[in-house]
Amino acid sequence: MIYFDNVYKVYPDGTKALDGVTLSVKQGEFVSIVGHSGAGKTTLVKLILGEDHPTEGSVSFDSVNLRKIKSKDVPKLRRRIGVIFQDFRLLPNKTAYENVAFAMEVAGKTDDEIASDVPHVLELVDLTKKMWNFPRQLSGGELQRVAIARAIVNQPDLIIADEPTGNLDPINTYEIVQILKKINDMGTTVVLTTHNKGVVEALGKRVITMDHGKITRDDSTGKYAL
Amino acid sequence: MFWTALKRIIKAGFISFWRNGSVSLSAVFVMIVALFMIASTFLITAFLGTALRDLQDKIDINIYVDSKATEAQIISLQKQIETLPEVKKVNYTSREQALADFRLRHENDHRIIQALDEVGDNPLPAALTVKAKEPSQYEGIATFLSNKSELSAGGALSIVSKVNYNDNKVAIERLSKLIIGVKKLGSIITAVMIGISILITFNTIRLAIFIARDEIGVMRLVGGSREYIRGPFVVEGILYGLVSAFITLIIFYPITYWLKNTTQVFYGGVDLLHYFVANFVQIFLVIIFSGIALGAVSSYLAVRKYLR
Repeated sequence: MIYFDNVYKVYPDGTKALDGVTLSVKQGEFVSIVGHSGAGKTTLVKLILGEDHPTEGSVSFDSVNLRKIKSKDVPKLRRRIGVIFQDFRLLPNKTAYENVAFAMEVAGKTDDEIASDVPHVLELVDLTKKMWNFPRQLSGGELQRVAIARAIVNQPDLIIADEPTGNLDPINTYEIVQILKKINDMGTTVVLTTHNKGVVEALGKRVITMDHGKITRDDSTGKYAL
Repeated sequence: MFWTALKRIIKAGFISFWRNGSVSLSAVFVMIVALFMIASTFLITAFLGTALRDLQDKIDINIYVDSKATEAQIISLQKQIETLPEVKKVNYTSREQALADFRLRHENDHRIIQALDEVGDNPLPAALTVKAKEPSQYEGIATFLSNKSELSAGGALSIVSKVNYNDNKVAIERLSKLIIGVKKLGSIITAVMIGISILITFNTIRLAIFIARDEIGVMRLVGGSREYIRGPFVVEGILYGLVSAFITLIIFYPITYWLKNTTQVFYGGVDLLHYFVANFVQIFLVIIFSGIALGAVSSYLAVRKYLR
C-alpha cells in the first residue's frame, strides 16, 4: 500500500532527514516506527501525506506517485488518510461534533450521512456526553479521542498516528493504543510513530527502527531496540 | 453538491464571525474607520464641488453699453458674443431693469434712494453680463472684445463704454487658479485616503487570519480543498464589511446633522445633512460596496498565503 523506494530528503539548510529509505507497508498492517527525535520519523509521515516531496527516490500510496502529485489533488489523497498528531490539531472554535463533521463535509458527504455517522463515531471513542464541548473544555485524552474520531469517520484506507500518546498519561496512552488496535482489527492499515517503549511492546506488531534518516531494524514482531 | 458546499461555507463564515467575537469586533472597528474615511472624502469632495460651482457662477464680465446705443444694436452685440465657443451665456440687462434692480438692492437705504430721485434721469447704463464656461477663459473673451474695433471701448463706432474685466482681472485669475488647485488637491486627498483605508483594512484582516493560520493548516490536513477552506474566511470578511458599513452609515447621520450649522456658516449654499439625505441611496451603495469589496478581497488575499 505504501512504498518508499530509495528515498532521500535533504532540507534547504543541508539537514539530511532521510538517507536512502526503502520500505513497504501492506494493506491491513500495523506498523510502528520508532527512533530518537530527529531520526526522520516525522519527515516520513510528511512525505506520505504529500505535505513535502522527496529530494530523490519515489514515494507512492497505492497507485498514486506522491512525488508527482499536483497540489490540487492533495486534498483528495488526504481524505483517504486519517491523521492523528501529538498536539491533536483540532479546530479550536468548533465543538467536538463539528470537528468530526468538518472532515465529512470536506469529503463531500451529505447532511444525512453526517448526522448519522458523527454521533456513532463519537460513541465509539466514548465521547457521546461531551459531543457539544469545545476543545478548550476537554482533557488531553478526550482531545486525542476526538482526533481519532475525526481520523476514522471517513473510513480511510490508512491511519497515520504521529506520536499520538506523546502528551498523554499512561492510562490515556493505553486507551488510545487500544482504540488504534481496534481500528486495525477492523481492517484499516495503521502507521504509528512513537518513542514510547511500553506502547511498542504491548502491541507486538511490526516495528521499524530509524536512526539518522536510515532504517536500522525492521522486526516483524516488535521489540523496542534503541 | 455545489449548493451544499456553498451553504456550509456561508454557515461556517457566520459561526466563525460570531465565535471569534473579539477578533471580529476589532476588525469591524478598524473597517468603520476606513469606511468613514472613504465616506467623508466622498462627502467633502461633493461639498467642495458644489461650493466651487457656486463660486464659479459668481464670476462674470460686465460690458456696460453707451446710453446712445439702441436696443437693436445691443441685441446684435449680444448675438455676436454668444457665437464665441468659450461663452456659456450672455445676459442683457436694460437700463430700466438695472434701475429697478438697484432700487430693490438699496430699498432700505433712504439716502441713496433719495439721491437717485434727485438725479431724476436714469444714471445707470445697460449692461451685458458674460459668463464663460471655464474661469480661465475670461481673459480670451476680454481680449476678443477689445480687438474688435466696433466693440472696443472708446472706438468711433463703439457702443461699448466700459468692460470691467481689467478691474477684476487679478481677482478672477486668482480665483481660477484657486479652483484648479482645490480640485487637484481634492483628488490627491481622495486617492491618499482611499489608499490608506485599503491598507489598514487589509492589514487588520491579515492579522485576523494570521491568528487562524494553524486552523488553516489543520483544515488542509483533513483534506479540505482550497475553496472550501478559503470560503468561510471570505464570508467573514464580507460580514466585517457589511456590519461596519451599516454602523458607518448610522453614525454619519448625527455627524452631518451636527456639521450642518458649521458648514452653513462657512458657505451658505450647501447643507451637508441635506446632501447626505438627498444622496443617501448613492452613499449607501458606495459604502456597502466598498465594505464588501474591501473585506472579501482582503480575506481572499490573506488566506492565499497559508494555502500554498
